[in-house]
Amino acid sequence: MSGSSTPPIQPPVLDPGQTFGSVTDKISSIVLTKRTPLVWLVGFGIAFSLTMLLLYSIGYLVVKGIGIWGVNVPIGWGFDIVNFVWWIGIGHAGTLISAILLLLRQTWRNSINRFAEAMTLFAVACAGLYPVLHLGRPWLMYWLFPYPNTMGLWPQFRSPLVWDVFAVSTYASVSLLFWFVGLIPDLATLRDRSKKRFSRFTYGILAMGWRGSARHWQVYETCSLLLAGLATPLVVSVHTVVSFDFAVGLIPGWHTTIFPPYFVAGAIYSGFAMVMTLAIPLRKIYGLEGLITMRHLQNMAKVMLATGLIVAYGYMVEAFMAWYSGNPYERYMIWNRMTGPYAMGYWALIFCNVIAPQTLWFSKVRNSVPVLFAMSIIVNIGMWLERFIIVVTSLHRDFLPSSWGMYHPTAWDWSTFLGTIGLFAALLFLFVRFLPMISIFEIRQILPQAEVTEPPK
Amino acid sequence: MSSENTKSLDLATIRTRLTGARGRDYWRSLEQLAGTPGFQEFLDREFPRLASEWPEEDVVGRRNFMKLAGASLALAGLSACTKQPPETIVPYVRMPEDFVPGKPFYFATAIPGPGGAAGVLAESHMGRPTKIEGNPAHPASLGAASAIMQASVLSLYDPDRSQAITFRGDIRSYAAFLGSVKEALATQKPKQGGGICILTEAIASPTAAAQLQAILKQYPASKWYQFEPCAAHAAKAGAVMAFGEPVDTYYKLDGAKVILSLGADFLASGGASVRYAREFAAGRRVRGEKTEMNRLYAAETMPTNTGAKADHRLPVRASEMEAFTRAVAKALGVNLPGANPDGAGSPHAKWIGAVAKDLDRHKGASAVIAGGEQPGAVHALAHAINHHLGNIGRTVVHIDPIEAQGANTLEALAAELEAGKVELLVVIGANPVYSAPADLNFKEKLLKAALRIHHGLYDDETGELCHWHIPDTHYLENWSDTRAFDGTVSIIQPLIAPLYRSKSIHEFLAAFTELPESSGYEIVRGHWAPGKPDFETWWRKSVHDGVVADTASPAKNVGLKPSWPAPAPASTGIEVVFRPDPTVHDGRFSNLGWLQELPKPLTKITWDNAAMVSPALAEKLQLRNEEVVDLVYRNRTVKAPVWIVPGHAKDSVTVHLGYGRTRAGKVGNGNGFNAYSIRTASAPWFGADLEIVKTGARYPLACTQDHQSMEGRALALAGTIEEYRENPEFVEELAEAPPKGLTLYPDHKYEGYAWGMAIDLTSCTGCNACTVACQAENNIPVVGKDQVLAGREMHWIRIDRYFDGDLDNPSAIHQPVPCMHCENAPCEVVCPVAATSHSSEGLNDMTYNRCVGTKYCSNNCPYKVRRFNFFLYSDFVNPTVAMQKNPDVSVRSRGVMEKCSYCVQRINHARIEAKKEDRAIRDGEAVTACEASCPAQAIVFGNINDPASRVSRLKAEKLNYGMLAELNTKPRTTYLAALRNPNPEIEA
Repeated sequence: MSGSSTPPIQPPVLDPGQTFGSVTDKISSIVLTKRTPLVWLVGFGIAFSLTMLLLYSIGYLVVKGIGIWGVNVPIGWGFDIVNFVWWIGIGHAGTLISAILLLLRQTWRNSINRFAEAMTLFAVACAGLYPVLHLGRPWLMYWLFPYPNTMGLWPQFRSPLVWDVFAVSTYASVSLLFWFVGLIPDLATLRDRSKKRFSRFTYGILAMGWRGSARHWQVYETCSLLLAGLATPLVVSVHTVVSFDFAVGLIPGWHTTIFPPYFVAGAIYSGFAMVMTLAIPLRKIYGLEGLITMRHLQNMAKVMLATGLIVAYGYMVEAFMAWYSGNPYERYMIWNRMTGPYAMGYWALIFCNVIAPQTLWFSKVRNSVPVLFAMSIIVNIGMWLERFIIVVTSLHRDFLPSSWGMYHPTAWDWSTFLGTIGLFAALLFLFVRFLPMISIFEIRQILPQAEVTEPPK
Repeated sequence: MSSENTKSLDLATIRTRLTGARGRDYWRSLEQLAGTPGFQEFLDREFPRLASEWPEEDVVGRRNFMKLAGASLALAGLSACTKQPPETIVPYVRMPEDFVPGKPFYFATAIPGPGGAAGVLAESHMGRPTKIEGNPAHPASLGAASAIMQASVLSLYDPDRSQAITFRGDIRSYAAFLGSVKEALATQKPKQGGGICILTEAIASPTAAAQLQAILKQYPASKWYQFEPCAAHAAKAGAVMAFGEPVDTYYKLDGAKVILSLGADFLASGGASVRYAREFAAGRRVRGEKTEMNRLYAAETMPTNTGAKADHRLPVRASEMEAFTRAVAKALGVNLPGANPDGAGSPHAKWIGAVAKDLDRHKGASAVIAGGEQPGAVHALAHAINHHLGNIGRTVVHIDPIEAQGANTLEALAAELEAGKVELLVVIGANPVYSAPADLNFKEKLLKAALRIHHGLYDDETGELCHWHIPDTHYLENWSDTRAFDGTVSIIQPLIAPLYRSKSIHEFLAAFTELPESSGYEIVRGHWAPGKPDFETWWRKSVHDGVVADTASPAKNVGLKPSWPAPAPASTGIEVVFRPDPTVHDGRFSNLGWLQELPKPLTKITWDNAAMVSPALAEKLQLRNEEVVDLVYRNRTVKAPVWIVPGHAKDSVTVHLGYGRTRAGKVGNGNGFNAYSIRTASAPWFGADLEIVKTGARYPLACTQDHQSMEGRALALAGTIEEYRENPEFVEELAEAPPKGLTLYPDHKYEGYAWGMAIDLTSCTGCNACTVACQAENNIPVVGKDQVLAGREMHWIRIDRYFDGDLDNPSAIHQPVPCMHCENAPCEVVCPVAATSHSSEGLNDMTYNRCVGTKYCSNNCPYKVRRFNFFLYSDFVNPTVAMQKNPDVSVRSRGVMEKCSYCVQRINHARIEAKKEDRAIRDGEAVTACEASCPAQAIVFGNINDPASRVSRLKAEKLNYGMLAELNTKPRTTYLAALRNPNPEIEA
């Protein structure tokens, strides 16, 4: 291959010609510029309005009760839990990229880990709202925490919802720490380059006295490795615990042992899809094609393809086991998913999550940015549908046909969902405006300039 | 002791607050769903009662507001110094005997109703009647109480009941009314009362009948009319046809081995249904070695509970019922004059032949029962068959009519009104403006009466058009008397002083006599006193027992007349069939939320009526459920939503009466359509040539069970008696339970009691009594149609109904489903806050205060018996509604889960009693509300640790199984599979 004129199959991680200075200038200028791009203003305006819609929906919910949603008996969980699982899943890619790929020394991650981690945090923030809001009496949510109280009562530790509380809160704290620790060197850069007193002061406080001394770097590397080690099992555990919410229940469609791996794969699948959904417009708008290159997009497409296949395997096993078990309830459940009132949703899910991503086998597809963007959106929709199918179609027709029902989301279900998307987007807009969305020092590490060659002896 | 004080305070508050002004927030939850401005307003005012004191006309400006706000701030600090107004708490000077605050009393009384009264024991908490239980001493109750009987207590506290005497809508004193009556009577006196017309409902009260007769005697030219839209007029006509005189007929089903129902829903409607259900179930129960069962055949148009229970059911068009009956009579060899088609050409020939043979084999031990809505000829034929079979005196008893006779019909009154001869019209109870046959145009004619007086519980459609409206007292508020289906007299005693300025029928009738201000107590006693040497003892005993000893009517010997009218010609085309509604009856119970939200036994529709059609007709006319059609009948049209009912007779449309009311109250107004608007006087129950016109509109119906089939799952198990005799283990083979010791976890240990329930599906008729009893006992809120549509009904015990087999004539089975109180309860493990937990006696307890409302327990409940307060469903504001609440049960607030508790409050009552006597709780001492009310005694509750308890014995039966036992939930509530006794001649 060497010497031939055919283009390399693997595009470079960074475009050639980047230097320490150019990288730092490029990334920090996005934050330190005085001019806020119009796109940002418009986008943030929309996201902010949707956030207000979320606040209004929450206010109305607290005043009236969760009857404003479409939930009922038998479908006690609707959009609330669907969205919870969806958001939590989205978060997973960030942790995977920042922790596992760090441990595996996948240096290409350095271009995308920062905003992927931010995405994790914001997704977890959105996800975390739902378990609180879905309570009949949300103001009592603290009863799920084990705290000493005059009632002498502890949470009921056999309940997966209690495990959820621990899993999600641990995940949120570790992700926040990891993200913040990773930001420190870059905050120091911003402090140093900032011209304004206020931002110098603020970034200075946040940089926690970073001077870039060798000792600092040594402590930093240790800390970040340790946090990566802590976060790695969380990638697996959080969604495993979330899947227990269902797997521990005895409802056909929930009560299955494949759920933990299938949920984790699904989470990474949707997470990478979301990273792609965010990365493609960001690199375009801010002209970051040189830092987030085709290499990144291709790698992410490959991860999506791999996790998508695991998820597809999950669907097959689910259907096979339902048939093979001979259990009439299980059989009916899968048959109802395929042909019942929500069959459209099921087949749309199969299309989005199984059929459409098969195109990623082709390098042409992996090389086309618009197609990848479309694919990432399709997978996001597909993964949302998957959660809807799991939550709603399992509940709506369970054991006693007398109690079968239908779930129709109300305007409030939608407004809450749109509101969390708005919250997520608004946080992201703030993030790209005020913090370096790409890790400056980590990009510098992988520049050719950083290569230290031993002088020949 | 402040109880006396509390009691009077309650009443005073209610009187002042409610007199004249209709309570605006009783059904708040309904308005909440609709998001009406009214409810919005309520939300805006955090303290609605205080807010109403805000001067509305004086708009509070900014300055005033600031002044008030400042003053209240300043005064807030001073309030500590303010001396509270003195409130005297006075102890009882003489404590009533046996009175223990917190412990309810039970008083015997009786609920008057069409078809005969029912004797009940009303539970009274601190002077508030809260619940109705059956009176074991009363023949129509035998200790059980139907859904309608249970719901009657709600009407006492209905804030929409009329609360003041009004004249043309303005509040007047009773004295003013008496003056007006006196004046009117004075002008009538010289004319012998020629202008007086009195319209009543059926009068089963001997005292009221005597009062009426006295008035008629005093004014010899006055006339008495009677109107009861859903009474069994045809049965009377049939009796006259057969015997030449009107007689009432009742049945002794304990002696009947074979029963043929001709459109009679005797198990679930009518004055004796509770007794019939008991007797029928007793003759059907299979226990241990006893494997004898009675057999029920039912021919009917619209499926009913009785049809669902029948071993053989035949859908027969209403217009063909006479021919069908004639064919049965002919096959039996009943000697009937005139041409009688035999059943040979009939599509039902095989059925008819088999039924006739079966009846013939059981002479003297069979009964043929014609439904009250059947034409006179069917009744006459049924009488003839019963006579032929020698059933009279054994299973069929004729007695003199229990209701006062001699009244004229509404048609006669309409003619009189039309002629302008009515100067004083007195309407007592009846509501002809709403329910009169449409062709009478009663509304216009009514206005021709010079002075119109209305007496009733509600200021209803008729009351609106009358000059005077006098509120009636509720039966729990007045002294009266009434008769049961067999003539047994009960004295009705009040449990509470009238909540409003109302007058009982006796006091009202007294207004037309020389002693216009007599009290009801004096009048009723005055009626019974003559001729009784020791009246006081008699009175006390009668009031206490709830029945007057030896007043059942003696059996009457009547002979069949030799001549018979000719058979009615059969009609073709689509017929319309009118039936009283299974829950709100003829419309009189329209404003009772419990009954409106009670799923109709076969269709499971709530809050509405519908045009019920057979699947075949729906297919032919391309009709779909909830599609609105115009029902065009005799040039009148009504819009009705379609509902397809498997098993309905072909080419026949059943519409239920009692809906489409405009002045029933907040609950009853505007539900459904008014089927009276196409009903004519000449054909009250069915008529040919109905036209169905599609409108293209859709009207949602709130059905609580959309799915009709069991999907081949072993849920409500049924088999035939033959199968059982051959293989008593067949149930065990159908419902597999995992072997014991399958789980790694140790079993729960129960040292003392272990509560459990067994429900016998053979006995259950699906009559809904348990559902309403539970609702009354456990303060279960009514949520409204919108919420039922959203799938959020709150019933703790529901009745599942499944169809099986042929769509045109399926067999139906009813299965009551309360909480199963699983040993391995799936709900308990998933609750994150331990709000639902296992008690030491095996109850699955729900701690409302601890519940945060994750709904995980409901999701994980395979029986879906858990109910969630999605909104604030319970009424915490309305004072009258609060009076009905059972003080032993928490009223649940928003956001918490609730479910059947096995009436833990009743268990604890029994426990306290037992502990006081230092003994164990006896079997049958702790009785759940559903068990107590069940007419068929299908529900048995008790201690399963005691092998001798009734429930343990039932659970030891071979028919016993646990629903979904294969999940290893180990349900404490188990079922006894339904057995049927089909006739092999029809089956073959």
